[in-house]
Amino acid sequence: MNKPIDEKLLAIGEAEAQWRKEYAGQIGSDRQVTNRSGIDIAPLYTPRDWDAAQHEENLGYPGQPPYTRGIYATMHRGRTWTQRQLIGLGTPADYNARLLGILAQGATAVSLIPCNSVYRGIDMDESHFELLGTCGTVINTADHMDRALDGVDLARTSCAMNDPSPFTLLAFMLAVARRRGTPWTAITGTSNQSDYLSHYVANHMFFRIALPGARRILGDHIDFCNRLVPKWNPMSVVGQHTQQAGATPAESMAFTLSAAIQNAQDCMDRGMDPDAFLPRFTFFFDISISFFEEIAKFRAGRRIWARVTRERLGAKDPRSWRFKFHGQTSGVDLTRQQPLNNIARVAVQAMAGIFGGLQSLHTDAFDEALSTPTEFGARIAVNTQNILREEAHLTDVIDPLGGSFYVERLTDRMEAEILRVMQIVEDAGGMYKAVESGIVQKMIGESASRFQRKVESGEQTVVGVNAYRAAEDRTARQPLARPDPAAMRAHLESFRTFKAGRPAQAVNKALDELARAANDPKLNVFGKVVEAAEAGCTHGEICATLRRELGFGHVQALV
Amino acid sequence: MDIRPKVLITKIGFDGHDRGSRIVAAGLRDAGMEVIYTPPWQEIVTVVKLATEEDVDVIGISSLATDHLIVPKLMEALREGGLTDVAVVVGGIVPDEDEQMLLDAGVARVFHPGATIAEIAGYINDITPGIRARRLTA
Repeated sequence: MNKPIDEKLLAIGEAEAQWRKEYAGQIGSDRQVTNRSGIDIAPLYTPRDWDAAQHEENLGYPGQPPYTRGIYATMHRGRTWTQRQLIGLGTPADYNARLLGILAQGATAVSLIPCNSVYRGIDMDESHFELLGTCGTVINTADHMDRALDGVDLARTSCAMNDPSPFTLLAFMLAVARRRGTPWTAITGTSNQSDYLSHYVANHMFFRIALPGARRILGDHIDFCNRLVPKWNPMSVVGQHTQQAGATPAESMAFTLSAAIQNAQDCMDRGMDPDAFLPRFTFFFDISISFFEEIAKFRAGRRIWARVTRERLGAKDPRSWRFKFHGQTSGVDLTRQQPLNNIARVAVQAMAGIFGGLQSLHTDAFDEALSTPTEFGARIAVNTQNILREEAHLTDVIDPLGGSFYVERLTDRMEAEILRVMQIVEDAGGMYKAVESGIVQKMIGESASRFQRKVESGEQTVVGVNAYRAAEDRTARQPLARPDPAAMRAHLESFRTFKAGRPAQAVNKALDELARAANDPKLNVFGKVVEAAEAGCTHGEICATLRRELGFGHVQALV
Repeated sequence: MDIRPKVLITKIGFDGHDRGSRIVAAGLRDAGMEVIYTPPWQEIVTVVKLATEEDVDVIGISSLATDHLIVPKLMEALREGGLTDVAVVVGGIVPDEDEQMLLDAGVARVFHPGATIAEIAGYINDITPGIRARRLTA
């Protein structure tokens, strides 16, 4: 971090003195501006806000620590970010049709969002039928995964799956790979949502094995993938959940880095070498519309991680120091009122992520604030990325805002604020203990309420909501994207038939083995999840077994 | 008699995004109401049981990811449980097509994103005397 500049050391020149005088005389010159993270924003930044002497140490060059200007030498100039849109709706066959369409258009990376019933750790025959497939694809078995990925070469297609603990979707995919003769060593992709801590404090979209069990399973998962699926990213530390739940951008970055440190420390406590697992750690962030604040958040986070991995975790391999992240434009900023305005919001959010140096990007559909996004909305979201990349030429220069007096100063200020919050977590005994004690949830709740009050008081403008309201023409709205009930009914019936026809003995044996592993720290629980998937066990059966053995997580009351 | 409205704020179904339900619960509490808050994923039977035991005036259901599609099931369960005098209010991401379906099922009102705590609290304050009166005469 740059040392704070002592203004007395640098005399104000004549020209600046004149500007100050003129500025002070203008209407509105006393307007105070504070960003979402609580940092005061000055009306002008000058060379005195930036200690150029520390340029090498604090910025360096792209691809060089501390990576403030980007983790790779070429950044987007050489290879642009990966365009990774989240998809998932309906049955595995519905998903497959959509996926093949996207691959035919040239995508090389795919994503899979499961139905919320999957997040809850239950099978479709235990679910409310009305909800099945309305927010993601219903995948409960290896056969379902096989159907979903029909015609997809697993050795050539990177797949990011929203796959919370105990990672049954990856287990199903590994089972499919074995059937097809694809070596596990060729499989690439990411276990999104593997960060149980952010789920626990924020959006709760997983089935809530109690904290100690979730911690154990994550460690087993990282260990298993390191050894047997070495190109897979088993750890995605998620900042999106905390920020969407209301944490400020600085708090969200602080909680995410603290969670990453906790997870890394847990791996090291198992005897793992940091350079064996850190190169496969990735991050996943929300990008709000607070444009410069988000850019500074990412630049500061990258710098902190480079230092933490080397100095604190002792990593020696530069690949361990690189802060690889996926960004998703924030749905929280989108409005139901005058929804086409959301196209402009998403473009600004996406630009903040691009200037922040992200590695992959999902742009939200403008109609997300109305319903599960339609194909029409999703197409505009994809084209927003295409326009920013190929029409606006945002990729021509690496870290184009680097050296801006404001951006560099703000990066330093955000870094200081992130470090301050990280210290609070540290003082509580690290992220696991901080989450267990509830202080993280409390901070998030307070920040969420503070922001809500700013919107309700009009201090924070939200166009179409608390300002510039207009009568709306709803005739142009797209029909809702909902799965075909008949197809879902057939999917459910076929699932019931499958369950009834399985060799019960093999299923029971695999679940018994899984239960045994849960109670024996010497065994790898995720390895047993994979075996269970291959034996024909369902997602719900695997989750139920682990819930029974490891306990169901409690949920916090209102704070 | 205590005239403070008594409100249950909860989520049914599978979604766990609880920023909305937490903010509304805290806001109504700050507005002087008696608020019973539950974490997400409550079973419909649990909501009916809680509403009965706590004798609430209003049930607020928060929905972000299509969980409102099972609110008609809740309405049915409330009727079966004899709770015909409780007002059910839904808040969150509810498409226009679904709003009419919810109103037809007996939901009192749907609040969309952008609704303020003051609007929600004002509405609950307005309807509570009527709910109490009907309960007394039932």
